[in-house]
Amino acid sequence: MTKAITVAGLHRSFGRNRALTGLDLTVETGEVHGFLGPNGAGKSTTIRVLLGLLRADSGAARILGRDPWTDAVEVHRRIAYVPGDVTLWRNLSGGEVIDLYGRLRGGLDARRRAELVDRFELDPTKKGRTYSKGNRQKVALVAAFASDADLLILDEPTSGLDPLMEEVFQRCVAEERDRGRTVLLSSHILSEVEELCDRVSIIRDGRTVESGSLADLRHLTRTSVTAELAGPPDGLAHLPGVHDLDVQGRRIRLQVDTGQLTAVLRALSETGVRSLTSTPPTLEELFLRHYQDEAAAR
Amino acid sequence: MSALTGLTGTGTLLRFALRRDRVTTPVWIAVNALMVLSMPNTLRTLYGTAAERSDLVSQLQTNAAFRALIGPLYGTSLGGLTAWRVGVYAGLLTAVTSLLVVVRHTRDEEESGRAELVVSGAVGRGASLAAALLAAGAANGVVALLVTVGLAGQGAAGALAFGLGLAATGMVFATTAAIAAQLTESARLARGLTAAVLGAAFVLRAAGDAATADGSSVWTWFSPLGWLENLRPFAAERWWVLLLFTAAVLVQAAVAYALAGRRDLGMSFLPTRPGPAVGRLGSAAGLAWRLQRGAVLGWSLGFFLAGVVFGDLAQGAADLVGDNDNARQIFERMGGRSGLTDAFLASMAGILGLVAALYVVASVLRLSSEETSGRAEPLLACQVSRLRWAAGHLTIAFGGAALLMLLAGTGLAVGYGRRAGPVLVACLVQLPAVWVIGGLALLLYGVAPRLCVPASWGVAVAVLLIGWVGPALNAPQLVLDLSPFGHLPKLPGGGMEWGPVAALLGLAAVLAGAGLAGLRRRDLTV
Repeated sequence: MTKAITVAGLHRSFGRNRALTGLDLTVETGEVHGFLGPNGAGKSTTIRVLLGLLRADSGAARILGRDPWTDAVEVHRRIAYVPGDVTLWRNLSGGEVIDLYGRLRGGLDARRRAELVDRFELDPTKKGRTYSKGNRQKVALVAAFASDADLLILDEPTSGLDPLMEEVFQRCVAEERDRGRTVLLSSHILSEVEELCDRVSIIRDGRTVESGSLADLRHLTRTSVTAELAGPPDGLAHLPGVHDLDVQGRRIRLQVDTGQLTAVLRALSETGVRSLTSTPPTLEELFLRHYQDEAAAR
Repeated sequence: MSALTGLTGTGTLLRFALRRDRVTTPVWIAVNALMVLSMPNTLRTLYGTAAERSDLVSQLQTNAAFRALIGPLYGTSLGGLTAWRVGVYAGLLTAVTSLLVVVRHTRDEEESGRAELVVSGAVGRGASLAAALLAAGAANGVVALLVTVGLAGQGAAGALAFGLGLAATGMVFATTAAIAAQLTESARLARGLTAAVLGAAFVLRAAGDAATADGSSVWTWFSPLGWLENLRPFAAERWWVLLLFTAAVLVQAAVAYALAGRRDLGMSFLPTRPGPAVGRLGSAAGLAWRLQRGAVLGWSLGFFLAGVVFGDLAQGAADLVGDNDNARQIFERMGGRSGLTDAFLASMAGILGLVAALYVVASVLRLSSEETSGRAEPLLACQVSRLRWAAGHLTIAFGGAALLMLLAGTGLAVGYGRRAGPVLVACLVQLPAVWVIGGLALLLYGVAPRLCVPASWGVAVAVLLIGWVGPALNAPQLVLDLSPFGHLPKLPGGGMEWGPVAALLGLAAVLAGAGLAGLRRRDLTV
């Protein structure tokens, strides 16, 4: 499979503020790639470099096989971008803006446009200044989904959308994937990423700290286990990979590195198990672990 | 909710408003005060003796066009002349300052959504309106104080009347703006509505003053700017006119409060009309035209009408300065070489050129506001190169300036009624200098995007001041030479000089090219 986006060792500073400090990112063609990180981690800066709006200080970036700065216009022919905070012209209607973006991207599917306006419950006759944040976001989303771009770059696109619209958005992204398009989805709504993304990259302080499929990443994290045992729980604390053990009589709660799960289950079954729940790590826990490690390191 | 709790938090909001305005409003006030307080000196050099002044009065009373432009003259003292020469314009300035302050702290805040956070605190329903009006009141109070103290040497009573009249004019339009802010959903529209009322007030006054020499026309009395004249500072002040101002302010403030109490936050009495569901815009240039066409239309109309008025005035220009050596010298230094009418036409063309420089700066800076607002970013992520995006706006900026000067020249020729060709050329010859200012604004935008707005306006205002008051103040040639307008041939009357025109055109092209090169190379600001 060819790569839609490859970024290696990207650096970019704004004065003394080091926004990107060696960021790597690979997005395969046809996948939905989650781009995760806390506020200020460098997600939007990376996207702006990919769009040729900012220059990188050093490092390599290719988008659709081309240089994002020198080949900006050729690249832009094949992408659609939705910023996290959409600002519209005050006296242009939403419909006018959708069609403007469509034509400037080299075409809009009229049937799909009508269908999307309907699904997002957008009133295209309102003027830009009268839209709420969520509705401004919908204008940009309809324009992006109705275009025939090969690559969608969505920068926290669902901020301001209500849960019903969030659902419509998720279905649209799934459809895009089914049509063979590539999506780079920057977000910090983890359930959304978990639902949609084939692979994710987590960044922190301008560098990539984790990248891979969700299954890969889960393997690196902890499963939480709650159990009621037949006998006294002994020796659990000494097992490798066990954390946060909490013993209340015969009830136990613990976290275990997912790779060490077998050993822990074996130890539990030797004591005798009356009930057991185990929860796989959520992306949130994964994310929080990276985030808290960072906070602890400070 | 009682009236008292409705004003809870006004003090806090007022302090907040004054802090936010701590730079802009003092600048407006300073420009206004400078204009008023420097006038006695300028007039003293022009019309030093009582004989010269009474000469001026007899000529002015008979010239309807001059009365329309500046207003009737009542007193021949330096104070009276000052109030005549700058009165209407100082009134306009206080009105504009006030309307900007009021809309900024009312509708602007609501439209941007910032007000929502503020009124969710312990803040009364009428507090933001009260704070905005008080902030405008503070600005107008300072103007009144500066003018009263600064002109006290010309007569204490006249200075006080003039100061109070200016402040009262400001407050009338502050309360007009307060009503407009309730009526419209957009701050821009609220400012536009108030400015339209202000424009109507100017036109009514001008029509009334053209019709009568003593300000007694009904039209004049319909206009707050007419009241300001009829206060007659330094010429047997009619203090009772201040009651008119007070009544207008109280009535308008009451209406604004009543409207504010009857509507929801963010809502308005004139809702925005819906637009088309499907758009026809399909290019960056089309978008630029759509965004700027209203402004181009307004400026075009203004330039044509100003041309007609100036052309009409030119017919009487020779009478006006005929017997005054000093005024003739100044006119000649401002523009022409020989023949007072030529000199007058040349200086009017020069003034129109200077104002066109303001247009070109405003239009070029549209690029900056599109960029910093975040609206340019998704456009530039489409199939639109930066140069193509900029080209749309720049065509309107530079081409629009040419259109304005063409219309001004046409208007001047219509108003003057003779010598259409030379008059048209006199206006068009300003273009190279206008384009140099536009090129400079573009260069600043291209290489210093964060500084370009204040820096470009600074350049425009400096050029305006050099052109407008530099000659009257006997500024050194070195300073006069800084303005590109100083190098233009003085037409009509003087000979056409291709050298400086070509040099300025070349300079404009170089500046614009460097600005575009900078834009291509730099980061987009966010």
